[in-house]
Amino acid sequence: MSNQYKLVKCTINGKQVEKMVDVRASLTDMLRDDFRLTSVKKGCEVGECGACNVLINGEAFNSCIYLAVWADGKEILTLEGLAGPNGEISDIQQAFIDEAAVQCGFCTPGFIMSATELLNAHKEFSDDEIRKMLSGHLCRCTGYENIFRAVKKTMLRRLGKYAEADAV
Amino acid sequence: MYVGKNVTRVDAYDKVTGRTKYTDDLCDKGAYIAKILHATIPNGRVVSIDVSKAEAIPGVVKVFTCFDVTEKHYFPTAGHPWSTDESHQDVADRLVLTDRVRFYGDDVAAVVAENEVAASQALRAIQVEYEEYPFVLDVREAMKDGAPQLHENYPNNILKHTSIRKGNYEEAIKEPGLTKVEGWYSTPTVQHCHIENFICTAEMVGDRIKVVTSTQIPHIVRRVVGQALGIPWGKIQVIKPYIGGGFGNKQDVLYEPLCAWLCMKLGGHLVKIDIPREDTFVSNRVRHAILSHIVSWVRPDGTYAARKLEAFSDQGAYASHGHSIVAKGMGCFPQLYPCDNVECDSYTVFTNKSVAGAMRGYGIPQAMWAVECHTEDVCAKMGLDPIEFRRKNLMPVGFTDPFSKNELYSDTFNQCITKGMEATDYLRKYKEYQNQTGDVRRGIGMAVFWYNTAVWPISLETSSCRMVLNQDGSLQVQLGETEIGQGADTAYTQMTADVVGVPLSDVHVVSCQDTDVTPFGTGAYASRQTYTAGFAIRQTGLLLKERILNYAHELTRMPVYNLDIINGKIVRITDGRELMSLGDLATEALYSLTHSEHITAESTSQIKSNAYSFGCTFAEVEVDIPLCKVKLLDIVNVHDAGTIINPALAEAQVHGGMSMGIGFGLSEKLLFDEKTGKPLNNNLLDYKLSTFMDHPRLRGYFVENPEPTSAFGTKALGEPPTCSVAPAIRNAVYQATGVAVDDAPVNPHILFRRFQEEGLI
Amino acid sequence: MYDMKALYEAESVAHAVQLLTEHPEAQIIAGGSDVLVQMREGKRAGKELVSIYMLDEMRGISYEDDGAIRIGSLTSFSHITKDPIIQKHINVLGEAVDMVGGPQIRNIGTIGGNTCNGVTSADSASTLFAWDAIIEITGPDGVRRIPIQDFYIKAGKVDLRPGELQTAIIIPKASYEGYQGHYIKYAMRNAMDIATTGCSVNVKLSADKKTMEDVRIAYGVAGPIPMRAVTAEAKAKGQPTTQAAVKAFAQAVLEDVHPRDSWRAAKDFREHIAVVLAERCLTESIRLSGGEIDE
Repeated sequence: MSNQYKLVKCTINGKQVEKMVDVRASLTDMLRDDFRLTSVKKGCEVGECGACNVLINGEAFNSCIYLAVWADGKEILTLEGLAGPNGEISDIQQAFIDEAAVQCGFCTPGFIMSATELLNAHKEFSDDEIRKMLSGHLCRCTGYENIFRAVKKTMLRRLGKYAEADAV
Repeated sequence: MYVGKNVTRVDAYDKVTGRTKYTDDLCDKGAYIAKILHATIPNGRVVSIDVSKAEAIPGVVKVFTCFDVTEKHYFPTAGHPWSTDESHQDVADRLVLTDRVRFYGDDVAAVVAENEVAASQALRAIQVEYEEYPFVLDVREAMKDGAPQLHENYPNNILKHTSIRKGNYEEAIKEPGLTKVEGWYSTPTVQHCHIENFICTAEMVGDRIKVVTSTQIPHIVRRVVGQALGIPWGKIQVIKPYIGGGFGNKQDVLYEPLCAWLCMKLGGHLVKIDIPREDTFVSNRVRHAILSHIVSWVRPDGTYAARKLEAFSDQGAYASHGHSIVAKGMGCFPQLYPCDNVECDSYTVFTNKSVAGAMRGYGIPQAMWAVECHTEDVCAKMGLDPIEFRRKNLMPVGFTDPFSKNELYSDTFNQCITKGMEATDYLRKYKEYQNQTGDVRRGIGMAVFWYNTAVWPISLETSSCRMVLNQDGSLQVQLGETEIGQGADTAYTQMTADVVGVPLSDVHVVSCQDTDVTPFGTGAYASRQTYTAGFAIRQTGLLLKERILNYAHELTRMPVYNLDIINGKIVRITDGRELMSLGDLATEALYSLTHSEHITAESTSQIKSNAYSFGCTFAEVEVDIPLCKVKLLDIVNVHDAGTIINPALAEAQVHGGMSMGIGFGLSEKLLFDEKTGKPLNNNLLDYKLSTFMDHPRLRGYFVENPEPTSAFGTKALGEPPTCSVAPAIRNAVYQATGVAVDDAPVNPHILFRRFQEEGLI
Repeated sequence: MYDMKALYEAESVAHAVQLLTEHPEAQIIAGGSDVLVQMREGKRAGKELVSIYMLDEMRGISYEDDGAIRIGSLTSFSHITKDPIIQKHINVLGEAVDMVGGPQIRNIGTIGGNTCNGVTSADSASTLFAWDAIIEITGPDGVRRIPIQDFYIKAGKVDLRPGELQTAIIIPKASYEGYQGHYIKYAMRNAMDIATTGCSVNVKLSADKKTMEDVRIAYGVAGPIPMRAVTAEAKAKGQPTTQAAVKAFAQAVLEDVHPRDSWRAAKDFREHIAVVLAERCLTESIRLSGGEIDE
């Protein structure tokens, strides 16, 4: 077949972009290959590991099983978009550093994006709820423990509960 | 001093911002995409391959088949140091593509295309005609006379059989009053499941091949690619960037030889092999499934009179790490619970299944499953308290292994057990959970583990280090010992800063290994690196420091013995005066018109020692008997890994190992169809690796008895956390239900059978 | 990059019907969490796709004039769980679809896709069976509505004719009013798993909460397609809320379910679990209805 392309207009990490994309492309393909956003990782390509997770209109999606053309009109946020205007990293990124929640780092971008969705709810979730909200990501290095700590502490701090956060 | 402190990981910032580059991130988009065609029979021979349809697909560059491998350079794949003694070399039984198929998933052809889609289409368009042979999947069946033979020269498919004999077992069991306790214990085939699949690229630069690969062992990859291609090893450059986990799978040479071979066949064009997850399960490496038979003869006072172990290790289709795994497990048997009369036999056996190689723990998780399930069975049969029995019978302080010269210097086991009991409120719970009734019951159990550090004296232990002083007084550090996620670079940074006497921020460990420039080291395995690299770092750091101080002597006229480097300053130790900064010294040294010198140091440490690394796991469970389900309520690991270089990172290592142990104990098992040999659950949905919701809080604790043989007091920690988790969980289930499960994992399928057998459901 | 022959993007339901009619070989793609996975596997490689993902008119939950609950087929699992109408009347459906895969899958996965792929393990399907859901199908000849039991033909095959797509799932008021239900997904992991067996029960108690006026129970993975356990239902109907009645109900499911042996689980194990789940789901449904189980 002759290749089929479509113009996709969307916002990626706060910036309006337009791109002719191959309709066969996954959003992972588009973000990695066309925009060089290599925090979007490939671990299984079937939506089972969560390494390619990005936020689309504020909700977490595995970009490997999301067609790039569906991004049209959407707001997409990848890990690269979390830093502030002067390059300062977000509280959740800092928490991943401080809590030693990073090892090989391959699952890290996906996890931080799901954590971002969780934190943006500005609610205090129970431990079980936190685990459930992060359960779409597999990690073989950390046993999830320090990731849990990083997310829970950041959630509590955002709610002003500093003493409780320190006790996690 | 930085050793012992919770220094932030040196690579954490890049990893939380997405800047870290892994192999695929570095690969030029013009790379050819190679995909591998795997055999769909478990045993046989490729008769013919029709590639005409595949090669006609637009975008397909070429299809290579096993019949294109005309120069047969058989190569070994294990990430072991090479041995110049031929009898100790790893078995060379692999080709880049093979017409002799030995497992479902063997590599028979490879497609090279300009893009992914064309490559996938071509794979489906290749037609293979096979001659099928009978196959064998079970180790004990494979050992029988008349079983299908996988390899020539290995009768009954036995790759190797080794034994240990101590005292006189047959005589000892005649002692009156002994109780015989016997059990068969099995562990499943499991896979590493690093989140980054194996990936590599190859291209030619001049007449040399540059391989970029997700590996734990770049220098070994260089050697094996050379062996596989039949070209001088110096013609190969291997680059290891950051990798998304390895856990032993990437302690094998996987598809680097094939990638390099394809690249050479295509005029040196850049070729990428990115292994799909499904193939990672089947055609990389797995953990050896091991069946163990233990017989113990116990005296009425609760001591062992005689013991026997037989272990059968499922090697799968090719030798890879071979017998080393079960041999290591067997080796600890006479040591962990010393006994005067011991017989051990271990067999490594080929079967028509996925190839087993190294995986975190290297035979010890399997051995501890058998040994610590059995210990509990002994206690149950003898009516002995599991803690007291272990305290009485475990390796005593001062025990020395005559072969490795390893010595237990401290009261490690008792200290770890006590700490674990306190952390879990063990005594109260153990009492509370005795003799429960009802559908939902709780239990608490524990297990200990034996481990050691690095591979001496079985194999070479060596590590080389280079330190280069920059103009500003900072320094680069290079080692062949690799960062694979465990935090090695951070530990090296801490060690270097302490030895040389510079601030942490002035130490730049070069994370990426490039065999063209990185000093020789064998890489990440055997929980060796903080131990072995520690020697090289201390030795090289002292050498660098000596050169710096010699130069400082020239500049300051002070005798070297009155000088030191403290926090990046040249200090006169007699009065503590800072004479100059290291930066000023380095600048002067480089640009001096009278004596210009680039101050560097490089040295090799050969390590002829090894160290025990012991600990234990405590687990508390709730068992829902009608649902046949185990819920893990609490789990604690306690380790004596000597001096802890970085407590936060060490604890994180423990968590990860515990998680892998939980999967091994409760849920993970790679299944093969008995009728076809086909793997059944080779994906992350059907293979039950623990998710975020399958864990309780994980807790890791340390007792720190500095290891006297070590450059920094440290010893193994990477693998030990995986070793005792599964039997601790099993023993907790045993306490809760009175049902002993001897086949891991303790999943609902086996609990259903066992509860039926015991009349609980 | 997916091996796709062509992608046709629907701009309305009518357009989707037109595209499906024009391209009879084309496969509908909703969220894609099944279709794309199969395409990558090679099963659907080289096929044409009609994407309906962008059709927001097929999203959301509302009341119909007669009080029935209408769930747009493209509504994602996570939106079903969060929806106030669902939470008020059939919270069990929200709970059931909250057990599908993981959060990202629940954001992309749609209830329409979950039912149209015709698999027995779908977490939504057993609950929809238990609640007597109606499937709305739109095609070249207009709209037709059929009971969900008729929608499923066999494993992997549902009653979608050429040019048709599923546009909504309807829970009639008579089905939900006065009922409380509970779903248990039995799986090997607590997340990212498919059901070994899924059981959904709902019950309507008498005014004094002492009698089960109606009981409905449906299973996933107890047969090739989701199914009701009618013998058990008949056995429980009109019975008092006693432990004996609950146990008799649970045992009776064995007359209805017929799971198979597979490497995922053995037949006798699934049967055992089916009984345990029936008992626990009914017990919980009675509790949610304000009833108590008498010894």
